[in-house]
Amino acid sequence: MSTVTTTETSPQTEVVQRGSFALTVRRLRRDTASMAALCVIFAIIVLAIAAPWVAAMTGHSPIEQFRDTGLSPAGIPVGPGAEFWFGTDQLGRDVLVRLAYGARVSLLVGVFASLIASLIAVIVGTTAGYFGGAVDLVLSRLTDLVMSVPFLLCALALVSAFGPSLTLSVAVIVFFSWAPMARVIRGQVISLRRQDFVLASRSLGAGPLSIMVVDILPNLAVPIIVYTTMQIPNSIVFEATLSFLGMGIVPPTPSWGGMLADASSNSLYLVAWWLIFVPGTALLMTTLAFNILGDGLRDALDPKSARTMRRLKRRPKAGAKP
Amino acid sequence: MIRFLTHRVGFGAGVLLVLSAFVFFLFFVAPGDPARMIAGDKATESQLQQIRKNLGVDRPIVVQYGAFMQKALSGDLGFSYRNQQPVAPIILRRIPVTLSLVLGGALLWLSIGVPIGIMSARHVGSLRDRLGQAFILIGLSFPTFVLGMMSLYLLYFLPKQAGFTLFPAGGYKALSSNPVIWAWHLALPWTTLALTMAAIYARLTRGQMLDVMGEDYIRTARAKGLTERRVVWKHGMRAALTPLVTQLGADIALLLGGVIVIEQVYGLQGVGALAVQAVANQDRPIIIGVVLLGGVFIVIANIVVDLLYVLLDPRVR
Repeated sequence: MSTVTTTETSPQTEVVQRGSFALTVRRLRRDTASMAALCVIFAIIVLAIAAPWVAAMTGHSPIEQFRDTGLSPAGIPVGPGAEFWFGTDQLGRDVLVRLAYGARVSLLVGVFASLIASLIAVIVGTTAGYFGGAVDLVLSRLTDLVMSVPFLLCALALVSAFGPSLTLSVAVIVFFSWAPMARVIRGQVISLRRQDFVLASRSLGAGPLSIMVVDILPNLAVPIIVYTTMQIPNSIVFEATLSFLGMGIVPPTPSWGGMLADASSNSLYLVAWWLIFVPGTALLMTTLAFNILGDGLRDALDPKSARTMRRLKRRPKAGAKP
Repeated sequence: MIRFLTHRVGFGAGVLLVLSAFVFFLFFVAPGDPARMIAGDKATESQLQQIRKNLGVDRPIVVQYGAFMQKALSGDLGFSYRNQQPVAPIILRRIPVTLSLVLGGALLWLSIGVPIGIMSARHVGSLRDRLGQAFILIGLSFPTFVLGMMSLYLLYFLPKQAGFTLFPAGGYKALSSNPVIWAWHLALPWTTLALTMAAIYARLTRGQMLDVMGEDYIRTARAKGLTERRVVWKHGMRAALTPLVTQLGADIALLLGGVIVIEQVYGLQGVGALAVQAVANQDRPIIIGVVLLGGVFIVIANIVVDLLYVLLDPRVR
């Protein structure tokens, strides 16, 4: 980053040159909602990383069943208290420790699946948009096809055929998530490839791959960053839904969706509210934080869009209001 | 127009073909022996052979697929592995539940989402806009099953514990027997579905209205002295309608294939619940049937939406 101080006489009118990255960070830092969202995400990451320490601190492992202290004599889970901060589940396991380990699954699956889906979307979208013609036709039809299948049903069919596992969950999420983003990227590339700088690059002898990676890709940074961020909460909810239906992470590995599924079976949560409100709130906070951050990033990265335009449009309206 | 429609129908048929091949071959390559599933662990090898012969799974896969498609086109989807009953009626029996849930929910989510979107767009940057935006963000982020379980706890269990029944725990009562009871039993599932879906529609409406309300013809409409309500609903919404219809068609179709999570939470015996049970039982003919039905709904919805375009947007004609 280059900070150039001008040689003005008065030190108050110091002019600082800021790069686009610095400007983006500045805009993002002014957005309190995004900053709060970042704090929440940071807290969840810390919780996920610190899961073994949480287990050590409480002295409870995530799969250990405390039948004496964690269950009432009637076999009912124990509510939040000094020994179990967030209560215990139907087997007398510590909900807090399981929540921390579940955060690992959610974040890992959410981030990993979103990154792979974005990678596929960028490859498909750029190829289709750049080459056009028959290549575009085939790839666009493929995108349409993936977007017009009942994805949760197909996911169920896949899981029932191969049995639930972490790898299959990620694969299913990736397979059904890349298409919308690929469509957006394709549209962007179609307008980008007609720009003069692409022509210039070609006249210098650059091949298609070089043009796509060196010239076009940097111009796609904004949609890629925004869409990937927005995809993370979708992937997290997708994974939780699969686990909730018993088709995601295999028990006894803790996952938020699986915890909610346990609470839902036998309607146990009706006598133990913490079994839904603890993992449910964690899930909601995570998806909300990523969605807010995505919104904030979009506004910060693209000052022309959204907020500025809204302000411009508001002015004539204010006068017209009855 | 005709060419466009035949093109769309052709693509729809292609989708169904790929989808059917996908599920069919999926179960062929997947581990697990259907004969073993039906006969149980104690069956002898000769019994298994006999069952395989009856099911026709001893033939080459391509022949099986051909036979399956031939029957499927006439509405015969084979027999359930679990109770040997024909698949198509089993699925059809589940449709009224899912249909009630989805159509009622759609009505509710439109009547929540669209006004919130309009309100948000008309007062950009104001407190009302921020409230609308908060609704959108929370609605988009709330996992359906979390919302469902929380509402069941707060609106069914807590009142019941306090001694009165505000809402039933779920279950489905037929519309034909008593419409009030029907609606009462579906109230919570409808609300759960509508609150999560309304956010999508509020965001879409807001974005569309922001684009439209800056147009010149809106200023003209105001200059003519039309009431603000008329300007917004007649002139503004008219232009926002097309994307809303697209979204609505896609959502209804996707949900008709199974509102899997909500049916599961509220114990409604709809198509989605059937799919989950079939997966648990490894009942492959039913899974194939439900997936195909979901595909059919989506293809039909796409074509209906295309036809609606012609009615809504004179430029398409």
